[in-house]
Amino acid sequence: MTQGAGAGRRGGARAGGPPRVTPATDRLQRLLALVPYVVSRKVVGLADTAAAFGISERELVDDLNMLWCVEIRSPNPYCPIDLSYEGGEIVVSEAESIDRPLRLGVDEASALLVALRMLAEVSSLDDRSALSRTVAKLEAAAGEAGAVSAQVAVQVDDRGVGSAAAQIRGALDRGRRLHLSYYVPGRDEATERDVDPMRLLVVEGRTYLEGWCLRAEAVRLFRLDRVLDLAVLDEAASVPARARPRDVDQGLFRPSPDDAAVELELSAAGRWVAEYYPCERVEELGDGRLRVGLRTPDTRWVRRLALRLGEDGRVISPPELAAQVREDAAAALARYA
Amino acid sequence: MLSTAIGALRQGSVGGGTGGSELGAEMSRRKTERLLGLVVCLLSAGRYLTASQIRAAVPGYPDSFDAFKRMFERDKDELRELGIPLETGISATADEEPGYRIPRQAYVLPEIRLEPDEAAVLGLAARVWHRAELAGAAAGALLKLRAAGIDAEETTQPGIEPRLQTGEAAFGPLWEAVRDRRPVSFSYRAVGRSSSQQRHLEPWGVVNRHGRWYVAGLDTDRGETRVFRLSRIDGPVTFRGPAGAVTVPEGADVRELVREWDTTPAQRTAVLQVRTGAGYGLRRGASAEGPDPDRPGWDLVEVPFSDVGWYGEHLAWFGADVVALQPTDLREAVIARLKGALA
Repeated sequence: MTQGAGAGRRGGARAGGPPRVTPATDRLQRLLALVPYVVSRKVVGLADTAAAFGISERELVDDLNMLWCVEIRSPNPYCPIDLSYEGGEIVVSEAESIDRPLRLGVDEASALLVALRMLAEVSSLDDRSALSRTVAKLEAAAGEAGAVSAQVAVQVDDRGVGSAAAQIRGALDRGRRLHLSYYVPGRDEATERDVDPMRLLVVEGRTYLEGWCLRAEAVRLFRLDRVLDLAVLDEAASVPARARPRDVDQGLFRPSPDDAAVELELSAAGRWVAEYYPCERVEELGDGRLRVGLRTPDTRWVRRLALRLGEDGRVISPPELAAQVREDAAAALARYA
Repeated sequence: MLSTAIGALRQGSVGGGTGGSELGAEMSRRKTERLLGLVVCLLSAGRYLTASQIRAAVPGYPDSFDAFKRMFERDKDELRELGIPLETGISATADEEPGYRIPRQAYVLPEIRLEPDEAAVLGLAARVWHRAELAGAAAGALLKLRAAGIDAEETTQPGIEPRLQTGEAAFGPLWEAVRDRRPVSFSYRAVGRSSSQQRHLEPWGVVNRHGRWYVAGLDTDRGETRVFRLSRIDGPVTFRGPAGAVTVPEGADVRELVREWDTTPAQRTAVLQVRTGAGYGLRRGASAEGPDPDRPGWDLVEVPFSDVGWYGEHLAWFGADVVALQPTDLREAVIARLKGALA
């Protein structure tokens, strides 16, 4: 929660630039939340509160002391905040004017409202009623600060996802194995496999199943719109302890050192490749041309990509791959002879 | 009534084990104490307080009036930066100089109560930005809502993990521009262009469509609405006017603008020869499909399409497993792609 900084900025105060968050104002935000946090719960434990704020108990005690020491000197000197934390239990007996939290800033209200509205688009979530109730309550509480969030929209691509997501959630709930018929575009073929589901991911605007693929004996991601057929099996899922969910913020597809290194040269019209595929290196060659390097465990899709690119892309290395592309192109052109 | 531990503290020094080497930490602590005192004082007063009254009431300001004024100016800015509604005005009692106050009504988060299922989706929503641009804002919001008594954990619903990513450097400044209604300019490289062009935009909104971020608004060079993809903006985004300079027209639907930009209705139909067992990806969009009577082992598939260039490229992907029979311009487009790959 300590990274929850800079949240309340209203904008317009300064000309652009990053938000000015200092340790002092960051802590002030925490102190202003701490008093109402305790007040709204009447009595809370030191350990629980420290955990809720993501700080150590020592830091929390330091915060409580600072609050307790607040002093107004004039016209009549007094200490507005009274509290105790004896026996590990915090009680605020006098909270004065900071007994309620500060209202939400524009960024704060927008972050939650945009996320909630995005969730409402995810067909694999079945809490639609809870979502719309929460959006309404948050809009009411945020007031004006929530208005700008209408200028930010997230559209999740749910085409072709169909009932698969609901079936997968059912299998996750009951711990069951799945059988998938899955389309692999790079090979233009449907593959059959058993998968022990781990979770559903909604990343980069699409829904994926992450699971232990028994055929590959590894964690694999499956795009739901490429699932041709799906069956929930009677067998119990057993995801091995060594199966690690991937850190999706590092990118969905990470190359392995065993993968083949491929180098492509792209014209200005072929630049989209660098946006669409995870490239390790992207080098500008002038006139909008690019040289990109990527790694892949299976180069069959690169051969197809090269056909698609035509004169807008060329495989530079490995040379065998470039030769295969020429063979593929010749075989395809023979159909038009 | 007071606990003994802090009872001793009020009489003694306030510091908590700060050594000389931690001068920065000590400065920061004093500033927090001063700002906290200032907030409590201005919230409690219930009326405008003049600078002199504030100086007398809030501990921690320097003795010299000029030094106080400078520090107080900075403090006011920082409180406003946090979204604290610090107002300037003159009391009804007509003090000589203007004063300052924080109206409680404008300060407090209105009452909000959530049912357990609502708190659960809120916790899920707070996770959506994770390490992306508004992650800090989401965490800050959650902190305030917890402070309001809501038990929303940042836990996930079992088995589902929705995420938004903002890898594009332009996201932050464009969000600020939309939020503050400021015009911008940036260098943009449209697809197929060999160089970037400087564009001027009154941004109306940012939209993530199918995983990619776009900004939509009025292109002031062209006098028309335009959509730009954030990943194609190279270099910094520059603000070209003050906050509030942009007016979003009534009824402007940025989501719809981006959708239109991203989709062209399929108006034509391709007739394809597809090898049996191949071309799954094509068959999913087919309007008609059946075995080719003239060629065993092949099927005839009809697929609607819109753009001949794009669809020709798409068909080339399938290599020797797909032959475009009609229309002729599509057939030519595929042949051109394949010849390009052969060269």
